[in-house]
Amino acid sequence: MTDLGTSPDEVQFRFRDDEPADHGTVTADACCDQTNATAVRIEPGDDARTLLPFLDRLALIEVNFPSFGDGRGYSSARILREAGYTGELRAVGDLGIDQLSHMRRCGFDAFAPDKPLDAEDAERAFSTWDNVYQRTTDGRRTIPELRHE
Amino acid sequence: MYKYDSYDQQMVDARVEEFRDQARRRLEGKLTEDQFKPLRLMNGLYLQLHAYMLRVAIPYGTLNSAQMTALGDIADKYDRGYGHFTTRQNLQYNWIKLEDAADILADLAKVEMHAIQTSGNCIRNISSDHFAGAAHDELVDPRPYAELLRQWSSFHPEFTYLPRKFKIAVIAAEKDRAAMRLHDIGIQIVEKDGKIGAAFYVGGGMGRTPMIAPMIRDFVPLDQLITYAEACLRVYNRYGRRDNKYKARIKILVHELGKDEYTRQVEEEYAHMQQQGVEPPREELERIKPFFADPAFEVGAKSVDRSDPDFALWVDRNTHRHKHDSYVSAVISLKPVGGIPGDATGEQIRIMARLAQQYSFDELRIMHTQNVVLPHVKIEDLHALWTALDAADLGAPNMDSIEDMIACPGLDYCALANARSIPLAQRISEKFDASGKTEKLGELKLKISGCINACGHHHAGHIGILGVDRKGVENYQLSLGGSEAEDTSLAKITGPGFTEDGVIEAVEKVTDVYLDVREDGERFLDTYRRIGMAPFKEALYD
Ligand code: HEM
Ligand code: SF4
Repeated sequence: MTDLGTSPDEVQFRFRDDEPADHGTVTADACCDQTNATAVRIEPGDDARTLLPFLDRLALIEVNFPSFGDGRGYSSARILREAGYTGELRAVGDLGIDQLSHMRRCGFDAFAPDKPLDAEDAERAFSTWDNVYQRTTDGRRTIPELRHE
Repeated sequence: MYKYDSYDQQMVDARVEEFRDQARRRLEGKLTEDQFKPLRLMNGLYLQLHAYMLRVAIPYGTLNSAQMTALGDIADKYDRGYGHFTTRQNLQYNWIKLEDAADILADLAKVEMHAIQTSGNCIRNISSDHFAGAAHDELVDPRPYAELLRQWSSFHPEFTYLPRKFKIAVIAAEKDRAAMRLHDIGIQIVEKDGKIGAAFYVGGGMGRTPMIAPMIRDFVPLDQLITYAEACLRVYNRYGRRDNKYKARIKILVHELGKDEYTRQVEEEYAHMQQQGVEPPREELERIKPFFADPAFEVGAKSVDRSDPDFALWVDRNTHRHKHDSYVSAVISLKPVGGIPGDATGEQIRIMARLAQQYSFDELRIMHTQNVVLPHVKIEDLHALWTALDAADLGAPNMDSIEDMIACPGLDYCALANARSIPLAQRISEKFDASGKTEKLGELKLKISGCINACGHHHAGHIGILGVDRKGVENYQLSLGGSEAEDTSLAKITGPGFTEDGVIEAVEKVTDVYLDVREDGERFLDTYRRIGMAPFKEALYD
């Protein structure tokens, strides 16, 4: 099996305390056929919902962004979190500073950008929004909710 | 009118700071132009032929006089003294420097304004009926729903990198004054069995492949409005085409899947979304509604003194029936004869602001026809208002006439243009004014786009003109029979294109055909629909 995933060393930002999964990553198709895979990578065109039957055994899902302008991975991430996936959700590929805060809100908790990002800029980006309008699975209370506490 | 609370203000302030930081990184060379482009676009900053262009959002086209004044001041301080009102009820500055952009955004934020999501592949400014809250024929004021959608769509984490831009319009009258079915999502607030809800039309649009949105659901309960919109967007974000930017709009997805299959997918996603609790609490809509409550209308005169014919003409042409019988909505035409459609000087913008304060409960609206409305004017104040407007060259009595045309910036400003639109618009309005024909023609919507992108709505013009490039020569295609109103239709091309002089002559000819054969009370559009294309073609090409 060829390993197509990123290694933990390539992860620049991680918001989890557990040990990073360090094992071969397979394609979404392979994941469905292969009963022992614990890490998978999905591409923009893959349907994240094909993974739902296997979420229990997955410790790492990588969502690839070959180009930052292709936003399908944001939906994939939310779909996985909405289905109750609690393992590592790693955004990989063409990530920039300015995508980080939205990605985080969609459920990504690890980031492996192709080109390392300026750490200070990234920190600022992660904390861009004191409050948010939309409900996602990140558990933040939304502005409409805060208004009516 | 809606007022920001500290949360709304904080969001806009955060965005100004974020943009300042992005501009800094661009100037420091940490961002390439390729990387910076989507970020500046997310803040309404385009690079055009001669300068940067900044597009300011005017949510659902409603603003107060302090905001309008700020727009006038920015025109003088950072632009060459002009603002340009657009068909999406926004305002554009055509001569902006990158170094100034963050300061302009900060000036805007002081009056609760911004340029957020006025470009880029995200959910754009929500548009609505320019007579909302004033019109005699509306079910309810659509703007509270538009405001709910505004908040939801601002910085939406999932829908910031859509296949293509996404435009939403909300109306609440049978009469459609917002081109609702030519939007990616058109929402009509409707009543069914005594309950208020929303009908969803999805997959309309103009551009190179114009389409009229089909209705995909006739009634979404109001406490599921956001949830349903979210489902529509998610299906689009996942399955909209990304291989070809000309096929990336949701209209193509709906067309390729078929309305039924798209609807099925949305309904499936909707069922799932309902479990996710994405709908804002019910109290939020109730909090928003009072901001749009009626101002304190007073009973007064119900008619005007018509002894001055110029004034009487303006009243007939440029006012719209109000729900209160002592008031009207007054349309300020930004189409003076020979002017640039939609342009106003900084001083004119401030004058309109002052008049709104004086005569319209501090409120103004921007129309998609690139005009300005004072929504609530007392009938007895009309003469004073008109006198002030006329003195500021804002009193053209031409709403919905051929002179009230829409024209995009075209080759004078736009990097994508094939042909000029502005000079053509100027010449046509001068010609029809001089011949006195405007009056005879009555309602006639002429719309001009400088290229296939259709920013000037030419597909929806009773008469449409499209600039095309023929072997390096500007050439214009004429089309007839479009409408953006509740009887939405797409215009059909008459035949081979024309030169600039030729197309002006062609407009003259088709209006002559109409005047010859029209029957009682028929508008140009009605006559076209009755007699079809053939008589017009004959006049043009034989
Ligand atoms: C000068 C800079 C401008 C540029 C570069 C520009 C660019 C574009 C492009 C590329 C499209 C086609 C999008 C598509 O079909 O996917 C488009 C559509 C449109 N633009 Fe513009 N535009 C400009 C100015 C304006 C102005 C000034 C207005 C308003 C007067 C406007 C209103 C619209 C509208 C209403 C559409 C049609 C939306 C639809 O396809 O449904 N644009 N624009
Ligand atoms: S229609 Fe074409 S020429 Fe006109 S503003 Fe739009 S992109 Fe530019």
